Amino acid sequence: MVTSVTSLGRNGLYDWLIQRVSAVIIGVYMIGMLGYLMLSGDLDYVSWKALMGSVCMQIANTLLVVSVAAHTWVGLWGVTTDYLTGMTLGKAATGVRLIAQVAIALALVVYLLWGLVLIWGGA
Amino acid sequence: MKVSIYRYNPETDREPSMKEYEVDTNGKDLMVLDILALVKEQDSSMSYRRSCREGVCGSDGMNINGKNGLACITPLSQVAPGVLEGKKPLILRPLPGLPVIRDLVVDMGMFYNQYEKVQPFLQNTSPAPAIERLQTPEDRAKLDGLYECILCACCSTSCPSFWWNPDKFLGPAALLQSYRFLADSRDTATEERLSKLDDPFSLFRCHGIMNCVSVCPKGLNPTRAIGHIRSMLLERGI
Repeated sequence: MVTSVTSLGRNGLYDWLIQRVSAVIIGVYMIGMLGYLMLSGDLDYVSWKALMGSVCMQIANTLLVVSVAAHTWVGLWGVTTDYLTGMTLGKAATGVRLIAQVAIALALVVYLLWGLVLIWGGA
Repeated sequence: MKVSIYRYNPETDREPSMKEYEVDTNGKDLMVLDILALVKEQDSSMSYRRSCREGVCGSDGMNINGKNGLACITPLSQVAPGVLEGKKPLILRPLPGLPVIRDLVVDMGMFYNQYEKVQPFLQNTSPAPAIERLQTPEDRAKLDGLYECILCACCSTSCPSFWWNPDKFLGPAALLQSYRFLADSRDTATEERLSKLDDPFSLFRCHGIMNCVSVCPKGLNPTRAIGHIRSMLLERGI
């Protein structure tokens, strides 16, 4: 079996499932938000803040942020292991791939924490 | 008509090149393999594989005007508009992604290695019956669309996931054969077979772009077989 320590679940089925579930969450959120924006008419700051401050939206936003981070990691992990390989980069491939994966992971952790602070920080 | 053929001899050439030939078809809708035979009469150094010349052996898989196919059962009229009329050249290249041995002949080693990994033979631990292991007609019907693969490699070499990871991703041909035995009511090694497929590469590198389906000269559907295996893994894992 081909394993990889940097894949999200170190298991193809788990990664595949995470990507599908996160895609559904992102899709449902986008459709819901578009529907709200189209039906809410003139949207002002007070009503937008009330919407985003509600517990339901805080949970929905948290699900969205986590889903985007997980979806991005599974997708970009696939891209790095497709294109940053010995076939394209020779001996430097492992180092380049590791640096790219660490950079992507750090960016996603920052994005995740920043998103959670925005959602739950009461700003 | 104009024929442009990929030429490369690793022992003498620094890099591959395309060589142009002029072939007279008398306006006939010949098969691509017939064109190769006419070119061979002009230039005996041009190499390609062929055997049965009727789409059964799978020897003459090649890239024909950008699309993989069997030269022996691909008529000029089906290659691309304008090729039969001589308005556009016939362009022949080796199957993409495999090392070239010479001209249109590729080293199929990587393809066969992946085929070997799926253990493409019936496994059954129960004592063999006196005559044969019987199947119901319904169980036998489940193998239709799976057993007909001729291992020409047109599908796997049209798959980008196989190009990038030919040592890790099994490729559509091997996965079709894997499902052929997973779907066989007489095979009892289902668990062992599935346990070798749930890593991030072997099967899950398939992104469902269906190049394999569009090029298969036998009209098979490896993407559907991969979907069935995925469903089996899901049922087993959840």
